[in-house]
Formats: sequence, structure tokens, C-alpha cells
Amino acid sequence: MKTWIAFSSILKKDMSTYYLKPPNISWGIIFPLAWAVMFFIRTGEPMDIRGILPGIMGLSILFGTTSMLAVTITFERRRESFNRLLLAPIDLNLLMLAKTSGAIIFGVANGFVPVLIASFLTSLAGVNWAGVFVGVLLISITSTFMGLFIAVAVREVFEAQTFSNFFRFPMIFLCGLFIPLATLPFWLRPLSYILPLTYGADLLREMLNGEGIFHPGVSLVMLFVFALGLFLFSIRNVKRKWID
Amino acid sequence: MAIIEVNGLTKQYGDLVAVNDIDFSVQEGEIFGFLGPNGAGKTTTIKMLTGLTRVTSGEVRIDGVDCVRAVKNVQSIIGVVPDESNLYDELSGLDNLAFCAGLYGIRRSEGLQRGLKLLKQFGLEEAKNKPFRTYSKGMKRKLTIAAGIIHRPRILFLDEPTTGIDVVSARQIRNLVLDLNRAGATIFLTTHYIEEAERLCSRVAFIVEGKIRHLDTVENLLEQAREDNILEFVLSNNRVFEEEFLQKAFPENRIEVKGSRVRIHTTEPVGLKSFIDRFTEMDCEVFEARLVRPTLEDVLVRITGLDTSGLKEVRGE
Repeated sequence: MKTWIAFSSILKKDMSTYYLKPPNISWGIIFPLAWAVMFFIRTGEPMDIRGILPGIMGLSILFGTTSMLAVTITFERRRESFNRLLLAPIDLNLLMLAKTSGAIIFGVANGFVPVLIASFLTSLAGVNWAGVFVGVLLISITSTFMGLFIAVAVREVFEAQTFSNFFRFPMIFLCGLFIPLATLPFWLRPLSYILPLTYGADLLREMLNGEGIFHPGVSLVMLFVFALGLFLFSIRNVKRKWID
Repeated sequence: MAIIEVNGLTKQYGDLVAVNDIDFSVQEGEIFGFLGPNGAGKTTTIKMLTGLTRVTSGEVRIDGVDCVRAVKNVQSIIGVVPDESNLYDELSGLDNLAFCAGLYGIRRSEGLQRGLKLLKQFGLEEAKNKPFRTYSKGMKRKLTIAAGIIHRPRILFLDEPTTGIDVVSARQIRNLVLDLNRAGATIFLTTHYIEEAERLCSRVAFIVEGKIRHLDTVENLLEQAREDNILEFVLSNNRVFEEEFLQKAFPENRIEVKGSRVRIHTTEPVGLKSFIDRFTEMDCEVFEARLVRPTLEDVLVRITGLDTSGLKEVRGE
């Protein structure tokens, strides 16, 4: 019970202090709209909204979670308020899960903003909503843990931003969201297969439009493996670098 | 009964030995002072005891629990007040306290109740709903202490609690520390204010360059110093002497020079006249002469032979 109270205290504090602040809520709305407009300008004709939806959802989650978590944790580390959490009688794994839960919830909410907008513009009949939710959740978890991985690797807030982009921007072009994997140069494809968003985006495409290239089971397993791997690696680094 | 036991504790960062094979114990209910200049290893020791820094070698037991292996098992009974006020700027004073209570598994309603009580006790009631960032330095220190005791710890680690704050707030904090101790808390206090340790602590350890140079009760330490007679002369016309020059003039005594004040340490009772005559021979008039009570600083210098310029005094309060 005490552990759960501690867990929920951290989650509630992060939600109210960081994620539910007006600038972040507006980010969740403006970001997918900006991408949709960009596609419209690029094609110059009515869009295949369902076609671009998995891409916009994936990017909204990726951009919403990685930098938010990396920046907030780095910020708390710099101010040493993070030490308060390390001094609390909570298991380190649980503590880091509590610290990342806010970003995961924020990511899931961000992921569904494009869906909400799309629902006013096109028919979303035939969508496997349970599968979409699982896909959004797993992309949020892996992206958040990527943010954690970045937070543990850097010291300064500006480094967290820069390092986040180092991972995110190549991912946009290599994960098959906007450029199909089959059209990528042969030598670049292996890189695509080691990116979690490749499997997340494919799962969303399959659940929304039935157009995935991997079996959903493969995507689920790969996302789970990425999430677990990033989390365990980050915890190891927290123990090594923060409790030095 | 010892509630903290430390044996052979060492912390090494590469080639740098920050804490070097220290041993001490803290009895339940005492205020234990950990005194030393900046960079002596005080904060590193606290971080090792509380689990914020890994121990290179040695043993730490708190309430019988091996903290090197299982510090999480004792974190519920310890409170830590770091040297920097590290609460959340965006949260109000009361929300900060309720959040800190939550970290120890205390429900929000109970945390708010305890928080209000502490804010009242610390004279911060009127600022309870103001964001932490708007607090003055003294208010921040007090709220940080309140956050450290919201879960009613049996042991409180206070790292430089009065550094950099105004005289009135510092005095309030010292009184709060005494109140907490009277209420039963064991207090581990690091400070570089010698008189603070003298006023608050029952025992003190002097740590210098990572090694404990001396550990005893304040009473015993001051008793040793009472063997000293310290004569302080204030010289007229702000005449300033080199310590080395005066040491040659009074070879049988230890000399300290602080501006136009000269302190002469003697182990035997002496007459003032001979000293005044010698200053007059040096073409220097004595404006004031008095007998000074030896302080912990005098003891520290006497025992360790250290230059205490890295340690500060808190006189004039």
C-alpha cells in the first residue's frame, strides 16, 4: 500500500507539474495538425487521411514522450530534487516506472489526438481499436524509455534536447512511416529493423488499415523486447552513474 | 545504543580519496557533529550513509541494517536535509510537503495535515500556498528541513543547515534542531561553523582531507582547551603585526593574529603587564586586553594543528 501511495504521488506530481501544463496540451494538438498540413501542402490534393494517420500518430507519440521525459529528469537531476526520489524507500525499478508513467500516459493521449481529429474528417470504420490502443501504448512505452535512456546519458538539459533529436530525426525517415521500407536503399534497411518505431508504425498501419508488412505478433514481441531492453539498460546506468 | 555504526568507510573517485577509512558511531538520541572545512568529505560521508553514493569499501550499519547492501530497508527511518534546498519550485510549500510525505507512503490527507502543522511550527503558515520559488533563502532552508522530517524519521541527516542564510533564520533553525532532538530524533549534523557545533552537538568529529582527526564530546574537548589561557590584545591605531614576527617576540607562547587583535595562548597564569610592556617596546599601544574563553576552534587548532581559515565562525548573534 505504501509503495502504491509513493508511486501515485510521483505520477500525480509529474502530471500536474509537467504534462498537464497548457503548453504541453497545446503541443499535443498543434503537432499532429502541423504534420497533417505539411502533407497537404506537399501533395497539394485531398489527403488519404487514414493512410497518413499511423505516421502522424507515431511521430506525435515519439516527439511528445522522448524529449519531455529526458528534459524533465535531467532538469530534476540538475536541481538535485531527483535525489529526493532516490532517498525514498521505494525500489529503484518501481521508482523509475513511476517517473516514466506520466510520460507514457502523455504519449498515449498524444497518440489519440490525431485519431480524434481524423474522426471528424473521414470514416474510421473497420479499425481494430484494441490493436490500435496496444500499438499506441507500446510506442509510448518504448519512446518514453528511449527518453529515459537519453536522460541517463546526458548531464545538461540542452544535451537532452540535442541527443533526443539525434535519435528521432533519423527514425522519421527510416521507420517506414513516410518512406516505405521496400523503397529504402538496401544498405539502410538493417538500420530500420533495429528501430522500435518501425514495428510500432507497422502495427498501427496493420490495425488501422490492414497494411502492415510484419505479422502483428512479431511487432508486439519486438516492441516488448525494445521496451524491456531500454528500461533495464537505463536502470543499470542509473545505478552506475547516478548512485556513483 | 549506537544507531549508526561506521567502520573503515572509504570513498574513492579514481585517484582521489574523498573519504579515507573512517570509523565512528552515533548513539541514539544524540546530536553528532561532523565538522570540517569545505571539501573535507562531510557531504560524501552523508551520501554514503544514506545511499546516494556507492561505498568503495567499509561498513555502514544503521539501526542494525547493513546499508552497503540494503540501504532501502532503512530509508523509511532516515530523513535527509541536503546542503542545497532542493524542493520543487513549481509546487507550493504545502504541496511540496504533502508530496514528500507521499514518497514515504503517507496518504495525501495525512501529508497535508502534517504539512500544515510543520508550516505553523516553522513560521511559514502564511506562505503555505505560495510557490517554493518565491520563498526567501531562509524560508527555503526551513521548508527543506520540514520536508526532511515530514515522515517523522528517527535519524535526521542535516548537511550544512545554516550555510548562506541570515542570522535570524540561522538561529531559528538551530532552535528547531534542538527541538527535534528533544522530541527524540538522532541528529547527524555537518557544518563548517565551529560555534554551531559547539552550541548544538554532544559529540563532534573533525574530518580533514577525508580522515577523522579527532572525535570526542564537546565537553571533553572544551575541558582540554580550558588548560589554555587565551589573552586577547587589541592594539591601537589598527597596528597590524605579522604573526611570524610576533611569534619570534613571544617564543614561549602560541600567537594568533587577526587584524589588530593579537591572541596569546599560555598554559600558565601570567601577568598582563609583561605583555603590555613588550608591546610598548615595539612602539605599539595596547587599547584593550581581555581573557577569552577557549572555543571549539581553539581546540581544533590545538589538537590537529590545522589552519582554521577554511572553517567559519558564527559570532555576533
